[in-house]
Amino acid sequence: MPSYTLEINNKRTTIQAEADMPLLWVLRDKAGLTGSKYGCGIGQCGACTVHVNGAPARSCLRTVSSVADQRITTIEGLATSNHLHVLQQVWIDQDVAQCGYCQAGQIMSAAALLESNPNPTDNDIDNAMSGNYCRCGTYIRIRKAIHTAASFYNAAQEAQS
Amino acid sequence: MNVTLTRRELLKAGSIVGGGFALGLPSVGFAEGVSLVGSAELNAYVQVRDDGKIVIYSGSPEMGQGIKTSLPMIVAEEMGADWDDVIVKQAPEIDTERYGQQWTGGSFTLFLNWNLMREMGASAADMFLSAAAIEMERPKSELRAIDSRVVHIGSEDSRTFAELAGLAYKQPIPNKDDLVFKAREDYRILGSSVSQVDSLEIVTGIGDFGIDTQVEEMLYGSYEKCPAVGGRIIDANIDDIKKLPGIIDAWIVIGNGNVRELMDGVGIVGTDTWSVFNARRALKIQWDESDASKDSWSSFVAFADGVGNTGQDVSINNGDVETAFSDPNNTVLDSFYEYPYLTHMCLEPMNCTAHFRTGANGKDHLEVWIPTQSGPRFQKMALDRYGLQKDQLTIHIKRMGGSFGRRTSDESTIEAIELSKRSGKPVKLTWTREDNIRYDFLRQGGFNRIRGAVDPQGKVVAIEEHAIGVESGGEPSRFNGPNPGAFPFSTLGNIRGSSTNYRMDTPVGPWRAPYSNTHAFVSQAFIHELATAGNRDHVELLIEMMGKPRWIDDGNWRSMNTERAVGVIKLAAEKGGWGSEMPEGKGLGLSFYFCHAAHVAELAEVSVSKSGLVTLHRVTAALDVGPIINKSGAVSQVQGSIIDGYSAMAGQKITMENGRVEQTNLDSYPVLRMHQAPEVDVHFIESDYDPTGLGEPGLPPLAPAVANAIFAATGRRVYKMPLIDEGFSV
Repeated sequence: MPSYTLEINNKRTTIQAEADMPLLWVLRDKAGLTGSKYGCGIGQCGACTVHVNGAPARSCLRTVSSVADQRITTIEGLATSNHLHVLQQVWIDQDVAQCGYCQAGQIMSAAALLESNPNPTDNDIDNAMSGNYCRCGTYIRIRKAIHTAASFYNAAQEAQS
Repeated sequence: MNVTLTRRELLKAGSIVGGGFALGLPSVGFAEGVSLVGSAELNAYVQVRDDGKIVIYSGSPEMGQGIKTSLPMIVAEEMGADWDDVIVKQAPEIDTERYGQQWTGGSFTLFLNWNLMREMGASAADMFLSAAAIEMERPKSELRAIDSRVVHIGSEDSRTFAELAGLAYKQPIPNKDDLVFKAREDYRILGSSVSQVDSLEIVTGIGDFGIDTQVEEMLYGSYEKCPAVGGRIIDANIDDIKKLPGIIDAWIVIGNGNVRELMDGVGIVGTDTWSVFNARRALKIQWDESDASKDSWSSFVAFADGVGNTGQDVSINNGDVETAFSDPNNTVLDSFYEYPYLTHMCLEPMNCTAHFRTGANGKDHLEVWIPTQSGPRFQKMALDRYGLQKDQLTIHIKRMGGSFGRRTSDESTIEAIELSKRSGKPVKLTWTREDNIRYDFLRQGGFNRIRGAVDPQGKVVAIEEHAIGVESGGEPSRFNGPNPGAFPFSTLGNIRGSSTNYRMDTPVGPWRAPYSNTHAFVSQAFIHELATAGNRDHVELLIEMMGKPRWIDDGNWRSMNTERAVGVIKLAAEKGGWGSEMPEGKGLGLSFYFCHAAHVAELAEVSVSKSGLVTLHRVTAALDVGPIINKSGAVSQVQGSIIDGYSAMAGQKITMENGRVEQTNLDSYPVLRMHQAPEVDVHFIESDYDPTGLGEPGLPPLAPAVANAIFAATGRRVYKMPLIDEGFSV
């Protein structure tokens, strides 16, 4: 069985896996990182969303061989030490989740959005988030939480400048 | 973009250490009219740690309905705890004598636990007061429990719960009948907005879902069954499967023919989920389908097309509908409604981790990690099926990634146990998304022939419903109807309800607001048809139909109350702008429904383009479910129910031919996405009746409200769900 070195959440990890094994199952079953979720396996629900080199990716569709030596961030790597990502904090403050199963993927998609567009409109948010399904219907709170997180982010930027 | 953890989240990182103790609590009863087994001895919902943190157990499982937060809020309120000091934990075991009923469903959990939780909290508070009276040398009557302290009224003197804990434990357990609950105006926690207790775990990816279970030496499992339910296995290419990469073993499994337990199939275990899913694709199985389902949705449609106004089985017959229908002065409408099968689509697939240890001297042990609504029922079944005593069975109840009525049967659990028995290892068995659709207990599809008579004054004088439902093996579905307690049956003098059943073997089961989720569509869209035919304002007609203020079932506060109904109808109409002028192509639609002891009215604002594109802009909901426990959770449940209802109404439909479900995954079963979600305004009438659950009742009124709004916008009636089958797009 081939072996691959992945940089997951700033840690280099060597994994033995078939070349076409999806990253999702490498994360969940080989690396013990179960924050990324299996929902559909065909890239339609977004529960498995991670960042590959900072861009959002459906980990159920990315083979392990295609992400070798790439920089992978999962929901477990979004917070640093005891600092939550602003989206995570707002998600808690605004009680966004219901069952919570899709929320790791939602937050990863939202984090990638804010990196590229710190001032998203409703339309920008809808477009960036349309690949993330929420079975419980928390869309209203997700959209509001992204706006709130963006305003915190921009306030922090202004304070620094 | 990082911010510092809040105090509360840091607190939650702690765990019980040192000399924490459990308050021995008295045996308590349940609300009248509810009989539950084995609830004679209850205790230990509350522990106080040395550091002052208060651990409160949630006895019932969490599936996104928020019960793990709201039930402990009740305990905390009555004991006078500061919510920031509270740490909530799932009860560590299924023990109904200790924790009471531990299932969840039917929007019952809050109602069934309301008094129990208050008693747990109030008795804990009483013991703190007794301890403080000794410690502070003050009369107990001058002491109050507030914000995790006992304070003396009239002086600065106080003690923290932590200081009192050691002594409080030794105080006499108060008599349940002597407990005095707080008055609503004194509430400090109930009625506020609280973020659910597992928020931190959810947003950091360490949530405790069943599918995240990891056990040492665990194998990964998958299980293939006949695509037509009831097929028996003859043979399979097991030897080929065993040679595939990542596969450790595979077996032909003979089941017991019970679709809720174990059906024939092939079980596979391997080194990871992907390998066992892959191996499934290489399976070649020979099935004997002679007794398997031959279900055909198109045949069911053809059958229903020919039914008359009255079915063979007449179960409701009050007054005289025939005279009303034959009176030439009355306007009589005769309509035919259709609703499809639906799948649950819980985003967390069905799964279970099981470890069956075959012990010495026949002393086996079974340990399972299951996301389930019904732990106690599983426990009973497993003890019986595997011949175990209680000490041979360990059950870990895990958080559910959605359920909506799905996780009430045991087949995925038993499949995992069977693979663990065969492999001798712990096995985490996961269903593929396709399995979840193919092997579901679907929301049943069906039809309703409904007619009604309106007199010359526009008054509804008679309604007759003929429900065309499903049966299998001579067993009609529980959710066929007609249900005499449902509105409008419950308020009319001349009513007839009948049913006809068609054989469909595909398993059906509860799906969020069973029966109501279809009957509300049929009945409340039809009432709007009657209002239009009688040239009546819909709000006025609904209020007229409610009649004088009363309980429909006198003395039963969980039955419909016409005054509460009128209250929410008026509130939704007022807040949603009923009667306001709408531009062309835009309309408002109203509906009311009563179910799960909840009175709910919803007003939908819809646009329909010339090409038939429907946009649901806004839904205004008014609900009377008594006092609200957690405002944030309550609003969230209503928002979610409305979006769920619209998701189903817009495009969802399961069909089957030759016994096989035809949809496979999200690419053939459209779900609502963020850009299609409406704004939702939620208004509560917090009446003084006991609080009731909100997991379901927000959903049923949505479909008829939207259907009525589409009529207002276009003049076209919606007789069929989903909307895409009526020529609309969403």
